[in-house]
Amino acid sequence: MGTLLTPAFGTVFWATLSFLLALFILRKLAWGPILKALQDREESIQEALRSADKAREEMASLNSDNDRLLQEARSTRDAMLKESREMASKVVSDAKAKAKEEASKEVELAREAIQIERKAAIAELKAEVAKLSIDIAERLLCEELKDSDKQKALVDKLIDESTLN
Amino acid sequence: MKEKLYSSIFYTLNIRTFASFFEQIHSMITEFAKRFAITALIILGGVSFVVAQTEGHGEVDDHTHDAHGTHDAHSTHDAHDEGHNSLDDGEHGDFVAKDFIIPHIADANEIHFFGDHHNGFSLPLPMIFYVEGKGLDLFMSSEFHGSHATVTATGPNTGTVYIKHPDTGITSEGGESFYDISITKSVFGMMFIMTLLVIMLRSMARSYSKHPGKAPKGLTNVLEPLVLFVRNDIAVPIIGKHKAGKFLPFLLTTFFFIVASNLLGLIPFIGGFNITGTIGVTVVLAFAVFFISTVNGNKNYWGHLFWPPGVPNLVKLLVVPIEVFGMFLKPTVLMIRLTANMTAGHIIILSFVSLVFIFNQNYGEIAGYGMGVFSTLFMIFMYFLELLVAFLQAYVFTLLAAIYFADATQEAHH
Repeated sequence: MGTLLTPAFGTVFWATLSFLLALFILRKLAWGPILKALQDREESIQEALRSADKAREEMASLNSDNDRLLQEARSTRDAMLKESREMASKVVSDAKAKAKEEASKEVELAREAIQIERKAAIAELKAEVAKLSIDIAERLLCEELKDSDKQKALVDKLIDESTLN
Repeated sequence: MKEKLYSSIFYTLNIRTFASFFEQIHSMITEFAKRFAITALIILGGVSFVVAQTEGHGEVDDHTHDAHGTHDAHSTHDAHDEGHNSLDDGEHGDFVAKDFIIPHIADANEIHFFGDHHNGFSLPLPMIFYVEGKGLDLFMSSEFHGSHATVTATGPNTGTVYIKHPDTGITSEGGESFYDISITKSVFGMMFIMTLLVIMLRSMARSYSKHPGKAPKGLTNVLEPLVLFVRNDIAVPIIGKHKAGKFLPFLLTTFFFIVASNLLGLIPFIGGFNITGTIGVTVVLAFAVFFISTVNGNKNYWGHLFWPPGVPNLVKLLVVPIEVFGMFLKPTVLMIRLTANMTAGHIIILSFVSLVFIFNQNYGEIAGYGMGVFSTLFMIFMYFLELLVAFLQAYVFTLLAAIYFADATQEAHH
């Protein structure tokens, strides 16, 4: 039992030697690089997480920007459409009005022309009628005044009719 | 700071840290029970009985033979006594559990694989002696010869005759004083573990530089959680982020060494290493803890030790000796805890083996069979428990070392 509880000199000697040697070697070759690598990796993970967060935020802001732009574009388009529609209808109505005006002017002119023509025609007709009636009257008179009796009677009558003042 | 420190210890000691480990163990046990338990029980029960039969018989034969031999040669009572050694304190041929267990857990000069002394197989280890004034003796432990428990060997250089006896250890014939710096089983195991650790951890460190920033795989993947555990759950929360780096190499080396040694001790058929159960090894670890905390002790630490603030002067007379005593007691307890825990685990497992021998011998074959099955069951249970203890003791040692370092380096706060 004594051997279990008494540290043997040789064991202590070798244990000290191998422990110190191992500690020194491990510290140089293993723990240093391992701990550094772990720390580096943790930092890189932290960094990656941070940048991912940042990217997400940027994405979100980009999305909202996009939405806003889209909204703006849509409203611009709507406005433009509305404007052009209005313009088109205005053009049409203007054209219509102008056409109507033109037409009425045309009609007026035509009417005036007709009036003139008619007046001319009436005047011509009057002249014709007058000529015709003179002709008739002439022929009638010629017929009537063929003999001298009749001529005399007429002259008498006409003298009778005319009141001499 | 101190309250915080201790609460953090309790918090860490809280099952949280080991919860996943317990779960793993639990699932391992259930899985094992499901698949192999019955087969394993039958096979192991049979094996342990056969072992009990042959070893029991072998020993009985051996001793009776020894006894007869000495009787024949000298037929004196003295010779009879000499022929007897501590291996049979009891009746003739009786199995004595103590004599079976102690050699299995004690340090030895050879790695004993199987069989008994005459027809067994064991690997000899180098014996190194330094005799004052005469020089070094170097020979293999297989040089020791003798018919009984007492074996002798002659040093090739100094001519000193070394006598090895199970009770008194190694002495020289002429009573000359010498230093025994032999590579014992535990020393050999420790060197083996340290070499293994250097190789494994070096390859781990290489894998980081080979694949920087990549996820770990293979061996690195296995070892990394342990490194992270020591750093994140022991060193950093207890010592503090800035001071932890200074002590981490020591804490990591200690943790890995204890875990690896404990696990090596659980592997059967390779000589039953009990490195962390050897007091010569743990005393070195404990002294290293004492040395580091003493060297790193700051003004605050020494002040609290020799002139505790806020304590009446008369009480100081009482407190200071206790504190100073405690300074030495802490590493001593650290040493004893580790040694005792690891040795106890081995003793329990060996006791279950012994039960098979005893039952077979005292109550007959059937009882031996029954005990074989029963012992196997309990040994399986103990193996899993020891697996847990292997990690737990490494954890406790490292944790307490970290606490002592934290105590030595903490800043004044009153």
